Amino acid sequence: MRVLFRFVIRNNYYFLFILLEAFCFYLLYSGRNFQGSHLFNSSQRIVASFYKMMFDTKEYLSLREENQRLNVENALLKSAIRSSAGEYFRLHPVAKEDSAYRQKYFYQEAKVIANSTQFRSNYITLNMGARQGIAHDMAIINSEGIVGVVKDVSVDFCSALSILHKDVRVNCKLKGDGSYGPLNWEKENDFETATLTDIPIHARIKKGDTVVTSPLSSIFPEGIMVGKVLDFQRKSGDAFYTVRVGLSTRFRNLNHVYIIKNFYKIEQDSLELKSQVHDKNDH
Amino acid sequence: MITEIVKNSARFIILLFLQVLIVKNIYLGKYFIFFPYILFILLLPFQTPRPFALLVSFALGLAVDAFYNTQGMHAASCVLMAFARGGVLKLFSPREGYDEILKPTIEHMGFTWFVSYSLVLIFIHHLLLFFLESFSFSEFLQTAARVFCSTLATFAFVIPLQFLFHRREERI
Repeated sequence: MRVLFRFVIRNNYYFLFILLEAFCFYLLYSGRNFQGSHLFNSSQRIVASFYKMMFDTKEYLSLREENQRLNVENALLKSAIRSSAGEYFRLHPVAKEDSAYRQKYFYQEAKVIANSTQFRSNYITLNMGARQGIAHDMAIINSEGIVGVVKDVSVDFCSALSILHKDVRVNCKLKGDGSYGPLNWEKENDFETATLTDIPIHARIKKGDTVVTSPLSSIFPEGIMVGKVLDFQRKSGDAFYTVRVGLSTRFRNLNHVYIIKNFYKIEQDSLELKSQVHDKNDH
Repeated sequence: MITEIVKNSARFIILLFLQVLIVKNIYLGKYFIFFPYILFILLLPFQTPRPFALLVSFALGLAVDAFYNTQGMHAASCVLMAFARGGVLKLFSPREGYDEILKPTIEHMGFTWFVSYSLVLIFIHHLLLFFLESFSFSEFLQTAARVFCSTLATFAFVIPLQFLFHRREERI
């Protein structure tokens, strides 16, 4: 034992090196786990407050552009509300108290206080947290399209995976044709594009087609804008098209976003889990 | 000794905030990414005890990790870089060894010495960092290209910064 101690003390430098690296790799490993709790990430208070300070300055400088964008969105929303729909609603009044019209999605506005686009795994920090009812796996969109998915939540902030993250998959569909597949951010994509895979070859697809989120995604509501088809190809021997999508969201200047809470998510997820467990028991 | 500690602590804080508040927002495509904060490890005095160098590099890496949302990636790369620094210093050492009063700067050690010293260490840091980040060999070529381009980018950033810090030191 004493010999061992002496050996460790004489080579303390190398042992310290190995110890520190082992700790780093432990952090890395535990951070990869999606559900894991994270010691060091930007939803933490100190880091987030620094980012907030920077953001406040930046927000003031970009007020003009932001107002413009909100105006455009307001105009769109105004044209979508009941009073703009005219005769149709007067003929078919919607019964609000009917359980068929229970609210499914709730939109919480938030601001992006930190963002990156140059890595293979990009993250976004938002100024809303558990206090505002934000939780794991909520969708984030802005007026232009999809933005990301909430990962970790602290009291006042949350940290989200950007769509520009190599592990994020969003189920999307072609608006015209209705065929769907997962949208990934592949290594050859830059911050303006993503790749839609598994589109069957019988799909009628052409350049400029609109891509929106599909009803299969339990995180995003159906029909949120994703982008436009730039080009598509079929690798030899594949039964599927691989489609390059130009993202409609400008990830380089994110500012105001909406966090979407799906009131039915827990019910849907637990039901699906239940049938999967039943299936396993049967076989 | 005390002034040296104060100067290095100030450099630690300045470089950390330069990195996470300003340089983090620079975007030049996904191949050229700057990490000038590692200048702190490059400029540690020659006589810094080696275990201590490992510990402060670890602390610097963890702080950057917190801001970049990369659990332990920067810390691992910084610790490896500080570890390699000992060997690189020995490799490039002048025949009579390092003088007590000399510092690892262009002014004291010459341009060629600093270029080879910093390029090797930046390359080691970026190599581990980008491969940890992509974490797959299917993206090998792209990751290798990012390592090379970003090494040059960081190097180009580090040289003028190094002069800036040196000037500051003279004035203080």
